[in-house]
Amino acid sequence: MHKMNANFDYAEVERILSAHAYDPHAIISILQEIQEIYRYLPRGVFPYIADKLRVSEARIYSVATFYENFSLEPKGRYVIKVCDGTACHVRGSIPILERLRSELGLSEEKKTTDDLNFTLETVSCLGACGLAPVLTVNDVVHPAMTPDKASQLIKQIKEEIAND
Amino acid sequence: MSEYMTIDGIPVEINGEKNVLELIRKVGIELPTFCYHSELSIYGACRMCMVENERGGLEAACSTPPRAGMNIRTNTERLRRYRKTILELLLANHCRDCTTCENNGSCKLQSLARRFHIDGVRFPDGERIKHAKDESSLSITCDASKCILCGDCVRMCNEIQNVGAIDFAHRGSKMLISTAFGVPMAESPCVGCGQCAAVCPTGAIVVKNNIAEVWKALDDPTVKTTVQIAPAVRVAVGKELGIGDGENALGKIIAALRRMGFDEVYDTSTGADLTVLEETEEFLHRIENGEKLPLITSCCPAWINYCEKKHPDLLKNVSTCRSPMQMLASLLREQSKLSSRRMYHVAVMPCTAKKFEAARDEFKNDGMPNVDAVLTTQELIRMIRESGIVFNELEPEAVDMPFGSVSGAGIIFGVTGGVTEAVLRRVVSDKSRTGLLSLARMGQRGSSGVKEFTVPYGDRELKIAVVSGLANAESVLKRVNNGEHFDLIEVMACPGGCVAGGGQPFVPVERRAKRSEGLYTADRVSSIRRSEENPLMFSLYNGILKGRVHELLHVDYCKGGEN
Repeated sequence: MHKMNANFDYAEVERILSAHAYDPHAIISILQEIQEIYRYLPRGVFPYIADKLRVSEARIYSVATFYENFSLEPKGRYVIKVCDGTACHVRGSIPILERLRSELGLSEEKKTTDDLNFTLETVSCLGACGLAPVLTVNDVVHPAMTPDKASQLIKQIKEEIAND
Repeated sequence: MSEYMTIDGIPVEINGEKNVLELIRKVGIELPTFCYHSELSIYGACRMCMVENERGGLEAACSTPPRAGMNIRTNTERLRRYRKTILELLLANHCRDCTTCENNGSCKLQSLARRFHIDGVRFPDGERIKHAKDESSLSITCDASKCILCGDCVRMCNEIQNVGAIDFAHRGSKMLISTAFGVPMAESPCVGCGQCAAVCPTGAIVVKNNIAEVWKALDDPTVKTTVQIAPAVRVAVGKELGIGDGENALGKIIAALRRMGFDEVYDTSTGADLTVLEETEEFLHRIENGEKLPLITSCCPAWINYCEKKHPDLLKNVSTCRSPMQMLASLLREQSKLSSRRMYHVAVMPCTAKKFEAARDEFKNDGMPNVDAVLTTQELIRMIRESGIVFNELEPEAVDMPFGSVSGAGIIFGVTGGVTEAVLRRVVSDKSRTGLLSLARMGQRGSSGVKEFTVPYGDRELKIAVVSGLANAESVLKRVNNGEHFDLIEVMACPGGCVAGGGQPFVPVERRAKRSEGLYTADRVSSIRRSEENPLMFSLYNGILKGRVHELLHVDYCKGGEN
């Protein structure tokens, strides 16, 4: 059994769990809130939540792997989501995605840069088809993108990081 | 007024059935299902039990309650076509190497494919995800490429056993049954009860196979091979080997084992008699001193695993008695020290968790296990078949001396409530025939998952709970932790006790009573009904066991937990 991590600070997790009154029906909301803090679901929280909610760790893993939005891998500071819904796709989302991948040295399998600055994902539809092709950076929408505009955006973010 | 519905033109009385499926099966129609087991929650995933109603609509019989006036058909052109399509779709995404599958011949997918005459799969093979077999567990082997995602194992593990080692993971075409983070089964909370393998309709979860090593030992002339047969085994081979299920086949099993080459054959019930004596003494000692109550039984290895993993604080309450298998094994091991030939000891068990128990460090001598190999009933049947022995023509034989005598009390260990009844026979002072009869009606018998009753003892009452199924155990343990008093708790991990163990040929819950009845009959016809009356016990305690009872018959699981 995967043991709890002694170095992990469970105070935040505990706060979220108690806000949900340790209700096992609230697994999804609880995981969402945990992910908001860590930008992913650290493995160490699973046995902890399982114990507190009195459900199996396998069940929580089941929920976490069912929903695309949950990540078990650490994510970058900047999460870029390129929309590849029908509208964005026909208006050229793939060339944008390819440009971003080559700029960041990422691929379909490798979604996060080693320095943990960028995560690049595709989503099926952001519901902003009128602005196609569209991408978001940490939930900020960038409409009517092109590969060049995407490169510009990356350059800008990298400068921001450097100035930090 | 009775209410009726119509099934295939036959009026059928509705009698409190939970769903139409139960009613259909009651009238003698074997509606196909993958994901329905009456003891598990309704899942409704496989869609094999679809029936057609009078308006031409389709309903899944498993998840439709019967209604008065309902009129359904179970076998129409359309339904046959749908069932075939479902089977084809399942087969399209399923390993089809039936001839080399562990479950060849007892696979539901295979038998339904035959029944619905699937003569080809129209769908292309496509990209099947390659899955590595998980062979880490000593009890079960998992092969996701044979899984049809019916979820029976998941619901068994969660609902009945409260273990939660496995669940669905991922989704869509990537979905599979997995431990949390896909860790090997041996590192998961799995307790090895094997109930997942019992309900698995395919070869996705099967009992670990240890046959090869046993054949090897049997073929080695320098080795003396001895074997013990657990109580529940004798009543579970029948259906597979051509005699009735529930019929006591001990004599034939002994004969078969000798023909296969075993030098000595024993009955685990002898070990059970020792367990009764030791556990009773421990029980009475704790009652007199009012300490470490309730006493919780220790025969069931899956329960021990569960207790170690989920309730380490209760380990002190668990009896220090070794299981009957281990008690007999340590005697045989002791005895074999007198012989120059190395002894290879095999235990035939209804249980997959015994494979784990046999490998525990507590039961090793100089690094060598007292039980070299555990075979489940399923494996025994396979070995008998492999030998070419025509089982139902065998003349029954008897077990060997000097460990050859058993009492009826030792035999009923194989059914839930049996250990308790055996201990009570020793505890209560009324040793008359009537005493035995009234003891049988205390409340420990029957297939109910939680049985509670009190037994008068001196000037007080003993409060006893008999539970089978680990979720049932959990509910009683919760009450213990909340301060409720019990004197004795018998826990068997498998629902119904060892007769329904994970290593037995599977029978649905409705047909398990026959096996229990088989053991009670064997007890009834025994000339010795109480463990203390077994003459062997006297000679053992004055011989081999003298001054060594603790060393040979007891174990400290608490210590194992600290190390």
